[in-house]
Formats: sequence, structure tokens, C-alpha cells
Amino acid sequence: MWNVFLNQFGRTPLTRRKALWGMALVAPNVLGLMFFFGIPVLMAFATSLQQWNAIKPPVFVGLDNFTRLAGDAAFWQALGNTAKLLLLTVPVEIFLALNVAIMLNQRLRGRGFFRTLYFLPVVTSTVAAAIVWTWIFQPRYGLVGNLLAPLGLRDQPWLTRPDLVLFPIAAVTVWQRLGFDMVLFLAGLQAIPRVLYEAAIIDGARGWQRFRFITLPLLSPTTFLVIVLSVISGFQIFDQVYIMTARTTRGGVGGSATTLSYFLYQSAFVQSEFGYASAIALVLFLITLGVTAFQLSIQRRWVYYEAGER
Amino acid sequence: MNVQAAEQPPAYTDLSVPLKIVTYLILAMGAVVMVMPFAWMASTACKPPAELSTLPIRWIPQNPACIENLNRLYRTSPNFSRYMLNSAIMTVGRTLGQLVTCSLAAYGFARYAFPGRNVIFALCLGLLMVPFQAILIPEYLLLRQLGWLNSFAALIVPGTFSAFAMFLLRQAFLQIPLELEESAMIDGANPLQILRHITLPLSGPALAAFAVITVQAAWNDFLFPLVAANTPDTRVVTIGISLLQGERSTPWNLLMMGSFLATVPMLALFVMLQRYFIEGVAMSGIKG
Repeated sequence: MWNVFLNQFGRTPLTRRKALWGMALVAPNVLGLMFFFGIPVLMAFATSLQQWNAIKPPVFVGLDNFTRLAGDAAFWQALGNTAKLLLLTVPVEIFLALNVAIMLNQRLRGRGFFRTLYFLPVVTSTVAAAIVWTWIFQPRYGLVGNLLAPLGLRDQPWLTRPDLVLFPIAAVTVWQRLGFDMVLFLAGLQAIPRVLYEAAIIDGARGWQRFRFITLPLLSPTTFLVIVLSVISGFQIFDQVYIMTARTTRGGVGGSATTLSYFLYQSAFVQSEFGYASAIALVLFLITLGVTAFQLSIQRRWVYYEAGER
Repeated sequence: MNVQAAEQPPAYTDLSVPLKIVTYLILAMGAVVMVMPFAWMASTACKPPAELSTLPIRWIPQNPACIENLNRLYRTSPNFSRYMLNSAIMTVGRTLGQLVTCSLAAYGFARYAFPGRNVIFALCLGLLMVPFQAILIPEYLLLRQLGWLNSFAALIVPGTFSAFAMFLLRQAFLQIPLELEESAMIDGANPLQILRHITLPLSGPALAAFAVITVQAAWNDFLFPLVAANTPDTRVVTIGISLLQGERSTPWNLLMMGSFLATVPMLALFVMLQRYFIEGVAMSGIKG
């Protein structure tokens, strides 16, 4: 019996010893991960089925939280705001980052210097960045208002108008993510074999053709990665909303800046409705997962892997 | 994806001179936009109150008041240094913790076969798919159950485990020639000694990339500390400046001074170690 058990770990003393070492080495991190992240994942499901307010003990309520969510106008507004923010940020940051990366991929003096400048916002905390951009978007004495003063927009109250508030939030998000995407694009561009361009030049391909038929297809795995990562992070936009609406109405006037993450935070830690907020968390997770799965499923249509199918 | 590739001549053709000038102009304009918020922050941080509301706006303060604003900030938020210190403690604690747990685990997964290795590894990577906000509430409830809320344990301990860092280090360890480790093993070294004296010293760039990513993420963390440890004793600097922001009355020059102080450590670190930052981001792309 003991031998059967031991054989699970290898047939010789040496492989057994290695197996034990292996388990001992991975144990601290694996157990820690399971305790602090694995268990909460399971708890998230359980809590979403409970009614749980600050004082009363949790009560099992089945899918009540989800039906309530479906009928909650604030939830749909938060979902809509999140979608709008994704549309305002992802295409813009990818377009800009790709162009900057292509320019920085040329043989230019000072590439490193430019790369540094474009990357600076990435290492800045979102909180500090959002505070600075709140000041930048202040009416009358803010930077944007004064730059747009010739258009008569100096006193535009960007952060208190429900139809405008998402623009400053999108601006700081794009500003902060551009350098990150740029570095990924640069790494992708540099992985493209140079001989392809040389061959294309011999074949008489013009600059645009080389871009269209070599750069874009061979860069598509990177583009795919950048889109997936920015969509995932777009669903989690929180700090910007928290900070940029702190002076006025939390979450924007009439909830106009409330994202899913912010809605979740408010439900859990302002209204102390842990069950309801857990349902929001689960929906946020499922939407992220669904969108990512959708992107994975359509990637074959446009992502080109040089080494064949993935 | 590695540094050597980054320093190679770019895989593209040379530009004609007019095109080069246009490229420079566009890059420079973009760079100005990227840097402008920093300049505006620094400029405002040194403005006396009277100059906050002058039109047209001024970039260079007429009567710079940097030191006065620093003092005013400390009068408004007497605990500000404490917040900076707390951020530093959290950052160092998480980074050292991850260095230990994740390099051990990465080494175990890279080099030692044991039953269930692949399943456990896949399970850990699966956690990377879960957005942090999805488990924020149970995480909070768990810490409350442990009695850890508003303590440094809450700020540090959960952050000492990481699937991402483990994955990143494992990739690096797999690149190291097996023969080096085997010869040490024949000489009688145990796995911990091999890790300490052979594997880790040979993984310098990956360790540096891991460290800068972890440091940066910890220093800038906001939502988790906001929920888990928001008392004067345990408050980190991101929360400290957000509290300033929450009060309508805090003037912009002090807010900019606070943001400046919270930003400068990471900017300095980046400028010193930027190749590792950029390498780390390029590596983090692999995880997708």
C-alpha cells in the first residue's frame, strides 16, 4: 500500500526526492494563491446568492440579486457608460500607439528619448494622474479650457456635464495606456524579420504595400493582444472615476460617469450590500470573460500566426 | 521580446529626409502632449494661491512658492509623510515577499516533476483571468474574518503571492542551461542552494523586470488599500492624495504638490531602470 502511494511520486528514490522538493518549493505560493485568490473566487459565487447587509447576517436568496440587477436602471447605465468608455479609449489608444510605435521603429536619432517620454504616464499612479487631469479639465482656469479658449470653450464644465464627463475620463485613460501599448507594438514590430521587407523591395512593393501586406499581418498577433488587454483593463476603470468626480457628484451628475467597477464599489462599500455587489462582480467577470472569448473566437479571421494555426 | 532585439537596428527601411522631418515633428508634438500634464503639475505645485486664478494662465510662476506649498500641504495633511512611508512599506513588503514565494514556486515548476504539476500550474494561471474587482468583496470579507482589516498584514500578505510573477520567473528559469544546475547537484548542493547561487544570479534581467513591475503596481495600488486599510496609521499615499482631492476646499497648488510627491519616486525609478520597465511590459505581453 505504502509503495503504491510512493510510486505516485516516482519509481526511484531520486525521482521521489525530486517530487517532494518540487511540491515543497511550489507550496508557499500555490497555497497562498489558493487561500487569498482561489477561495475568494468560490466565495464570490456564494455571496452573489445571498442578501447581505452590514448588520444582518447573510440570507440565501437564490437568484434574487440577479433579477434585481436586470431591473436596475443604474446597472444598465453603468454598463452603458463602461461600453462608451471602451469605445472612446480602445480604438484611440491603439491607433495612436501603433502610429507612435511605427515612427519609433525607424532609424531615428533620439528614439530612446521619445520612447521614455511616451512611457512616463504608464509609471504614474492613476490616482495622481487623474487628479492632475481634473485640474487640467477645470473650467476657466484649467489647461484644456484655456487651450480651447479661441473656440469659446474656456468655461466648459467638462466634469459636471453628464454628456461630457466621459471625455476627460477617457483622456486620462488613453494618456496612461498609450505608452504601454506602444511598447508591446514596438516589440511586435521588431520581431518582424527584416528579410521580408528586403524581399518586398526587390519585388517592387511600395511603402504602403509593405505596410499593408507585411507589417499589418505580421503584427496582428500583437494587435490582438493589445486589444484584449486594453478591453480587459477598460472594464475595470475605477480610479479615474473615483478621483475625477470626487469634487462634484460621486460617480458623475446623475450617475453619468459611473462605470461597472464604480457601481460595484458603491454597492459594496458605500451601501454595504455585499450580496448585490457580488452579483455585479460576477456579471462584470462574465462579461469580461465573454468578450475575451468572443475575441478569441474571431481571431482566426484576422490574426496571422507565422508558425501556422494556434 | 528581449533587450537584444530592442537594440537591433529596426526592421524597416530608412526614411527620406522630408519624411524624417515630418516624423520628428509629429513625434515631438505627441511628446509635448504626453509631458504637458507633468509640467502643468510641477508648475501649479509651485504657484502661490493668488496665481492659481490668473488669466491668461502662466506656465512659470511669477513668485514661486514651492517650499511654502510643501509646508502648507503638511499643514493640511499632517500625516502625509506617514502615508508615503506606508506606501514604501507596502511596496517593499510585497516585492520581497513575491521574490521569495514566486522564485521558489517558479523554480519548482520549472525543474521538478511531481504529480499534478501541470494541473496546479494551469490552475494558478487561471487566476490571472479573474479581474481583481470580481474578488474584491470576498477578499475584503476574508480579511475581515481574519481580523486583518486596517493592518499592514492586509496591505502586504495577500500581495506576496502572485501567479503572474511566478509565470514570468518560470519562463526565465527555463532559459538557464540545465547542465549548470546538474553539475551543482552532483556536487551535493540542495535545490535551495542551486536556486540561490546559480539560478537567481543568472536571471538578473528577469528579476529586475519583475521587481520594477511589482514595485510600480504596489506603489500605485489604490482600490485594494482603499477597501482593506483606510485608517490614518495604515493609509497609503494614493489614498492620502485622494482624500485631499475629496475636500472641495483643498487648493490646486497643494493637490499638485501632493500628486508630485506621490509620482516622483516612480518617475525616478523609471528613469534609472527604464530598460527593465520596458522589458517587463514586453514580457507581460507574453502572458496574454
